[in-house]
Amino acid sequence: MSEEEDTVPSTDEPTEAVQEDAPQQEQGKDVPAEEIAEEVDAAEDTDSVETDVQGDAVDPGPVVDPNVVMVTLNGREVEARAGELVIAAAQRHDTYIPHFCYHPRMKSVGMCRQCLVEVDTGRGMQLQPSCMITVSPEMKIETESPTAKRAQEGMIELLLANHPLDCPVCDKGGECPLQDQAFSHGPGESRYIEEKRHYEKPIPISDLVLLDRERCILCDRCTRFADEVAGDKLIHFTQRGNETQVMTFPDEPFASYFSGNTVQICPVGALTAEPYRFKARPWDLAQEESTCTSCSVGCRVVVQSSRDEILRYQGVDSDPVNHGWLCDKGRFDFEAVNSELRISDPMVRTEAGLTPTKWSAALDAATRLIRESLEAGGPDSIGLLGGARGTNEDAFAWAQLADALGITHRDAQFGDGLPASILGLDRATIDDAANASTIVVLGVDVKEELPVLYLRLRDAVVEKRSKLVEFASIDTGLTRYATQSIRHQPGLQTEAIRDAADLLAGENVVVVVGRGNLAESADETMSALAALLAINPDAKVLPALRRGNVVGALSVGMAPADDAHDGLATLRAAADGKLELLILLGADPINDCPDSDLARRAIAGARRVISIDTHPSESTKLADVVLAAAAYGEKSGTTTNLEGRVSTVSDKVTTTGTARPDWMIAAELAIMLDIEGDIADVASVGDITAAIAAEVPGFAGVTPAALAADRNGVLVTAPTAPLPDATHHAGQRNSYDHRLVVGRKLYDRAIGTAMSHSIAKLAPGAGAHLHPLDIDVLGVAVGADVRLIGAKASAILPVVSNPGVARGVVWAPFNQAGGSIEDLIDASAAVTDVKIEVA
Amino acid sequence: MSRLTDSNLAIAREIISRYPRKKSALIPLLHLTQEQNGYVTDEAMRHLAELLDITPAEVIGTATFYEMFKFEPVGTYVINVCQTLSCALLGAGNLMHHAEAKLGIKSGSTTEDGMFTLEAAECQAACTEAPTLQVNYRHRYRVTTDDFDQLVDDLRSGALSGEIPPHGTLGRNRQHIPADKFVGAPDPDDVTEGPAWIPVKVEST
Amino acid sequence: MSTAITREYTPGFYEGDRPKIVTSRFEYEDSHTLERFEATGGYEGLKAALAMGPEAMAGEVKASTLLGRGGAGFPAGVKWGFTPQGVWPRYLVVNGDESEPGTYKDRLLMERDPHQLIEGCLIACYAAGLSQCFLYVRGEMALAHERIAQALNDAYAAGYVGKNILGSDFGVDIVLHWGAGAYVVGEETALIESLEGERGMPRLKPPYFPAAVGLYGQPTIVNNVETLANLPFIAANGSAAFTAIGTETSPGTRMVAISGHVKRPGVYEIVNGSTTFRDIIYGDEFCQGIRDGNELKAFVPGGGSAPWFVADQLDIPFEGKEAGAAGSMLGSGAVMVMDHTTDIPEAALTLVRFYAHESCGKCVPCREGGTWLLRIVERICSGHGTDADLDQLLEVGQSICPGEMPHAASERLGLAAVPFPYKMTTICFVGPSAYASIHSPLTLFRDEFEAKVVPAPKRVSIPVAAG
Ligand SMILES: Cc1cc2nc3c(=O)[nH]c(=O)nc-3n(C[C@H](O)[C@H](O)[C@H](O)COP(=O)(O)O)c2cc1C
Ligand code: SF4
Ligand code: FES
Repeated sequence: MSEEEDTVPSTDEPTEAVQEDAPQQEQGKDVPAEEIAEEVDAAEDTDSVETDVQGDAVDPGPVVDPNVVMVTLNGREVEARAGELVIAAAQRHDTYIPHFCYHPRMKSVGMCRQCLVEVDTGRGMQLQPSCMITVSPEMKIETESPTAKRAQEGMIELLLANHPLDCPVCDKGGECPLQDQAFSHGPGESRYIEEKRHYEKPIPISDLVLLDRERCILCDRCTRFADEVAGDKLIHFTQRGNETQVMTFPDEPFASYFSGNTVQICPVGALTAEPYRFKARPWDLAQEESTCTSCSVGCRVVVQSSRDEILRYQGVDSDPVNHGWLCDKGRFDFEAVNSELRISDPMVRTEAGLTPTKWSAALDAATRLIRESLEAGGPDSIGLLGGARGTNEDAFAWAQLADALGITHRDAQFGDGLPASILGLDRATIDDAANASTIVVLGVDVKEELPVLYLRLRDAVVEKRSKLVEFASIDTGLTRYATQSIRHQPGLQTEAIRDAADLLAGENVVVVVGRGNLAESADETMSALAALLAINPDAKVLPALRRGNVVGALSVGMAPADDAHDGLATLRAAADGKLELLILLGADPINDCPDSDLARRAIAGARRVISIDTHPSESTKLADVVLAAAAYGEKSGTTTNLEGRVSTVSDKVTTTGTARPDWMIAAELAIMLDIEGDIADVASVGDITAAIAAEVPGFAGVTPAALAADRNGVLVTAPTAPLPDATHHAGQRNSYDHRLVVGRKLYDRAIGTAMSHSIAKLAPGAGAHLHPLDIDVLGVAVGADVRLIGAKASAILPVVSNPGVARGVVWAPFNQAGGSIEDLIDASAAVTDVKIEVA
Repeated sequence: MSRLTDSNLAIAREIISRYPRKKSALIPLLHLTQEQNGYVTDEAMRHLAELLDITPAEVIGTATFYEMFKFEPVGTYVINVCQTLSCALLGAGNLMHHAEAKLGIKSGSTTEDGMFTLEAAECQAACTEAPTLQVNYRHRYRVTTDDFDQLVDDLRSGALSGEIPPHGTLGRNRQHIPADKFVGAPDPDDVTEGPAWIPVKVEST
Repeated sequence: MSTAITREYTPGFYEGDRPKIVTSRFEYEDSHTLERFEATGGYEGLKAALAMGPEAMAGEVKASTLLGRGGAGFPAGVKWGFTPQGVWPRYLVVNGDESEPGTYKDRLLMERDPHQLIEGCLIACYAAGLSQCFLYVRGEMALAHERIAQALNDAYAAGYVGKNILGSDFGVDIVLHWGAGAYVVGEETALIESLEGERGMPRLKPPYFPAAVGLYGQPTIVNNVETLANLPFIAANGSAAFTAIGTETSPGTRMVAISGHVKRPGVYEIVNGSTTFRDIIYGDEFCQGIRDGNELKAFVPGGGSAPWFVADQLDIPFEGKEAGAAGSMLGSGAVMVMDHTTDIPEAALTLVRFYAHESCGKCVPCREGGTWLLRIVERICSGHGTDADLDQLLEVGQSICPGEMPHAASERLGLAAVPFPYKMTTICFVGPSAYASIHSPLTLFRDEFEAKVVPAPKRVSIPVAAG
């Protein structure tokens, strides 16, 4: 792409950038591209719906499509779709109608009046807001008649009446729908000579978002988003008439996991994001469409950079996945890529500790460690952990290398997820889940772990498409939407499932299952899942595994052959001194493995450690060789989301220092280890993508061509196999103890958050959350420290009062500053019971 | 103390029970807290949010839309002088100037002693009795400047305290629906049948 | 005594032998009590309704062609018929938000005869199968609240409201709801929003026609207080007795408030359709002419939103179509009269200020345009206006009401009438009313505006968007 076409003229140009077929393109720059892509995607949306409808049709003969409505648009006969809004229909037929409040992913409000057109439904031409009127047979639509044009110009002039003309210092300037449409549909001048409205310039409405009320045109987009999409009604219109303004309640900030979306959909520069403010002018931005890998939902994004630095991600509307939305973590953790703490060069341990060196030297060292280990203990004495944070290509290349070396101990997880066997079940897509008759959520707090999946599921319930049944030990983000939220003591979910059998029956049931409690063996969840599938064998399963490409890594060869060689087994072997070498592929077991003690002993116990990583971590600090890895946005390839959808990730900026993509490192080691075969002679990442398509079961359709053709990517077909029967071991809790739940929050101490200063501060911090009544029983003050005493260790945490926690349960967020609950977790125990004492 | 008192809480619960959806009780409850505190405090809005399980932002969004809700203290007596056409035609302007002089404050402000708040108001549906004003939303008709002085003196002396309650009190009585007479207010989602007295065939035709 | 809470009501209600349908009890000081109500035929209409059954009762209302008294003038019976079949529950929302400048009738009906209104609500619920009634009363009407609360408590106690009314299977609750001060809430969809605890911002029709998608998304009948107050009469005496009064297109009576520079301002129940403005303003049993024998300069025939009339229109009868053809509307039955001493721009300013101030803020043309109009008129009245401002007013107006604007004919100016209605770019009529209330004065009395302005400096023009 030349710099020229690579720059961004308008907010959501990204969505257009890849939408080559967007009919509106030839209309050029005065058309805000955001809207275009929205329209196109909304259109696709209807498409899919339609094809479904036809899919059900009994007689496939050439019948007149009942879904088609003929209307006259500016004199042209065109096909619209039944129930389609005039503005959307016009859009699909190359007729752009200016608008501000309309957004195809939210309910129309007809507020800005900018989309007025003349419509004749038999009662003569009438001015109507095209975002509120649906097409009807024989309808005549005039979008450019003198009356319509006058109305549209009038609206622009009125909108600008009180709009400060500070475009030169406004982040939005250059990608501003108001500015663009003022030029394309405005009167060209303003006759407003009265004094403009004045408000205090930008005020922070949250830690991430600022609001400039003078620029706000009250389109109701951010407020509708907060209400309809996010369900966080923390911003609202206040006052009335000419004084109307968007506001939060005093001292109740817009603390939503999704606040960044309001900045993206704001049609003016009223809402700005702290991490991007004043960083660049839109026309300086270059961009590539990509997929977010901050979690396994795999939201479609565009990565924007200037002067080779990533400055912003914007959501792209992928109909089957994210509908254009992103969570704030995914949107803002690009700061970690730019972090000055990045490992920019390979390092080798010397007397002086880890010392930066040249790649040749580092690769020699790594090769030597591998050779020594093979000689000393054979391939079984080498463990390879990780790959879930990289691309399919990274994981595949390393799996190939491991195969060539005969390495048996390998896993993309280490007791922090669910057994890979879950991928063998009849898998649901996100759309399946969001259209299920009943959504069963087992264990996982979807809002904390997979935020945009939460939006999709919430929408399914709020729009009354689905019932939601939840099994959890504490309140989750979805609890308030659940038809039934069933509380169980940790380890007793299997019983809970059996008792609730009647809720789980029926057709079109989808189970969203994840690891809600890291202080509980994954077997407990698996046995509950087995019990559920025994009750309803037709239920489909959406595996809510969290890490960005964990499904991809497991699918392309990083899955363990058996329990005896999985992540935990590997760590145990290392801890027992049975491993000559531990290779950490973008993995930090000490932070990521719930049993941090085991992880520590493992890294200490492994005779040699090679770490391939982007940022320094407790694990890299203990490595003998550290190979600097390219980060997100610095490397291209593909990723696989939780439903098995493979889509592209792009390199937008050059790598930090001399860092290299994981796959390249694998290839280079292969050569140095004199390994024959594909892996040794890959020239580009494309070769690996092709190799995956050729060799990995289910990936045959994932060709570079197929990926280029559809931004939504390609769904892989997972081989189905029944669950190996998991037995659960947890018993009843003795009444002196509390049973421990350790769950993930969106923001924790993991690299992505910790290295992004804007969101790092949002991590809640460690705490022991107890039901208020349990706190009374303990006779301890809220905020005071308590000691949680487990079988093998104890931890001191401040007490937090939380009515969402069941009595007899103590909940602590995972991997937070201010206390290490992880010390109490024993990977080999079914559940974790703790005594609580006032510290 | 600006959460609802226990006795007001009981009233609030009764009001809420009359509506098929809780949020409908918001405006009546805002009146209730204003009656209790003379104006609407942040703490009061938080309390209402709890009672109706909505967010405080929703409460303030609705509350600030409406003229009658005040968000900082106002006088015991809020005097609204109508300025719309019919009253303007018959001297509302003069009346306002006189009022400002008499009370020694500008329209929109409150007297030192916290006794009076003076406001310019829009049509009070008493146009044939122009010029009119309201004291805590009790009308006064065909008000001359002398009438106004008299009114202020009476209010000061307490001569009208029986008739005009302090700001915030809407009615001096309340509707009360006896439990045995209450038909009930089910959520529309839970209603499928037509009312008992409607012959079914009316609908089936 | 000016500080009496209910000074004796305006003279003029019950003189003469004009038929009284809704003000028949106003002559009694205790007209608001249950005793007086029952003693004067109260709740007879309800009993008659229960006797004839819901369908028959609905039929009577339809046959009576009772036109809505809230402003739109839509036949109540027809409106009730719009409720979709088989969709339950349905609600009745009583529009007691009376706030249109010049309008003063619903408040009287609520203060002086609350039981009549309650009876009307019951009849409507019974006939249209409405299972709950919300009586939305404007917040600034303390006395109305007290009177209705008392009346409802008495009516519940007496078994007229609530479960098993008069021992029948008809049962309905009437809930007194408090408004809080926002004119726009009188608009029926805004009224519903407000009743749901939201900001009173109107909804778009379509799709939100209350009869189909109203309160909580259910079929909802919104009727004005006066409209409902007519039902007891229709139920008790039959539609024929009702249509016998007034004209075919506008049967029955109407309450009209005549305010401003007349000798005897008051609220009069007039015979609908036939009574002319001349009758009302000069008639002996009505206002008896302009004060101090002054000249009539102009009058607003139908509440603040209505384009103005001048002497040329005096002989138009109080009838919707005729008023419309003459370039205005009857709206809410409010006539505001101005004599020759009136400063027209100042008078218009009070109305523009009203509508600008009362904008809910939803529509750009109303939110921004209304205030823009206000700023200009304010400047003109304070002597800082230019002649360019006069055209600018019309330009801004074009963004609110595109195309020709209705106005009355004027012999003085050799001006022909432009009939009602106008095109509008807004959701409801607040925005257009801001313009209408300056457009017609400016059209009919441009000379008075010109007298206040100075010649414009060269035209100011600012680029719409920098950068
Ligand atoms: C801006 C605006 C204000 C209104 N105010 C009132 C009002 O105060 N009272 C009223 O009864 N109708 C008012 N209306 C008319 C109502 O929308 C609705 O038409 C009426 O209440 C229906 O009752 P009816 O059919 O019995 O007249 C208003 C309409 C608009 C557009
Ligand atoms: S016209 Fe004005 S008052 Fe009416 S809906 Fe629009 S903004 Fe609100
Ligand atoms: S104009 Fe003053 S009360 Fe109506």
